[in-house]
Amino acid sequence: MSYIFTVSPDFSPDHISGWYIFNTWLQKHTDLAIHLEMYNNFHSQRSAIQNDSIDLIYANPYDAAILVRDKGFRPLTKPRGCCDEVIVATSINSPVQDIANLQPGIKVATTEDPDVNMIGMIMLESADLNAANIELKTSDSYVLVAKHLLRDDSDVGFFLAEAFDDLSTLIKNQLRILVRSQISVIHHSLMLGPKLADQHDLISRLLLDMDADEKNREVLSSLGFTGWDKVEDEEMEFMIDLMDTLKV
Amino acid sequence: MIQDMKPENIVGEFKEIILNLYGGFSRKIYYSELETPYPDGKLIVSTTDPAGVITHVNQAFIDMSGYTEDELIGAPHSILRHPDMPPAAFKELWDTVQKGEKWQGFVKNLRKDGGYYWVKATVIPNIRNGITVGYTSVRRKPSKAKVDECIKLYPTLF
Ligand SMILES: Cc1cc2nc3c(=O)[nH]c(=O)nc-3n(C[C@H](O)[C@H](O)[C@H](O)COP(=O)(O)O)c2cc1C
Repeated sequence: MSYIFTVSPDFSPDHISGWYIFNTWLQKHTDLAIHLEMYNNFHSQRSAIQNDSIDLIYANPYDAAILVRDKGFRPLTKPRGCCDEVIVATSINSPVQDIANLQPGIKVATTEDPDVNMIGMIMLESADLNAANIELKTSDSYVLVAKHLLRDDSDVGFFLAEAFDDLSTLIKNQLRILVRSQISVIHHSLMLGPKLADQHDLISRLLLDMDADEKNREVLSSLGFTGWDKVEDEEMEFMIDLMDTLKV
Repeated sequence: MIQDMKPENIVGEFKEIILNLYGGFSRKIYYSELETPYPDGKLIVSTTDPAGVITHVNQAFIDMSGYTEDELIGAPHSILRHPDMPPAAFKELWDTVQKGEKWQGFVKNLRKDGGYYWVKATVIPNIRNGITVGYTSVRRKPSKAKVDECIKLYPTLF
């Protein structure tokens, strides 16, 4: 029997090889045949989830509700100290100093990331902006979102805060942060599907112990993480409820 | 139970009124015209038990309400009840969430110091294994236009 592992398509391109290294590590330590399947976009990954093709997933918080409540997944861990926060930024040359100054009809540069888009839209809502009165311009990466702002062909951009912080100083110096979310509850997490349910405690323990060993820390660092923290079932339910209030 | 507000906690000029709350008890409150602006980028989060007694608050809730966590946990959610809020709004909130549905609305909340803050609130039932174990409310920054509409509308709903 072999199992399918997949990663939320919003992973940073710098870490793609890290996920393959992590998958090899996981196979070796669990003795399970786990195949890493990368999907190009959220749409194709969601079809795979719907078809019950996925057994282990590093999931975007936006997909947690379907995974847990419809597909019987259980949370394992989240990256240490890490939450998904969002930055709404403009070019430094833009006259806009405050979200409240934004007007209907603006162009918003963004990626496909569903949780970032949701939080970004909530932060625009206080200026009475919504999907019906703005124009979304979707790019493949946050560097491209930044370029749209620098070229002045978008008015504001949505960034995963981590990705914004990783932009070069040269680019960051030409951008102005209008708002940075401080939500602290929304995060990606590793989740285990029903076919692997009996491995939950074993895998969980392996992950939580990873940072204790030098070699394993190298695997973690190839993902950009310093360790995993446990996610309890109720913590995940709380996050899903919270996401639910934000989806309306 | 909730205690009456204390005049020594109030900042600036204030008025006094007695609110009749659910369950037949009443609370003396003091309220002023001092508005605290909603902090950009934050969500104010709380959870209650099925009866509306607060079981969890986040830091933004503590900061905006002016109460300590100890004062909030175990208190009914009407600890934030502002006299300018029409009772019909809360009746609709409770009717909606008790049916298992989401409620959304604009709420003027009363701070411990007598001041107020506006929020856009969403309340949902927390359903675990088919049972409603409590409710969660998440508030976000309301737009000025929406708040202005409520300032006109709410006095007509009493
Ligand atoms: C999860 C949840 C959050 C609530 N948040 C508020 C709030 O922020 N402010 C408020 O006045 N009432 C809030 N309420 C409604 C109160 O429970 C209460 O109905 C309201 O303050 C009116 O008081 P009364 O029902 O005693 O008349 C909330 C209720 C729930 C279930």
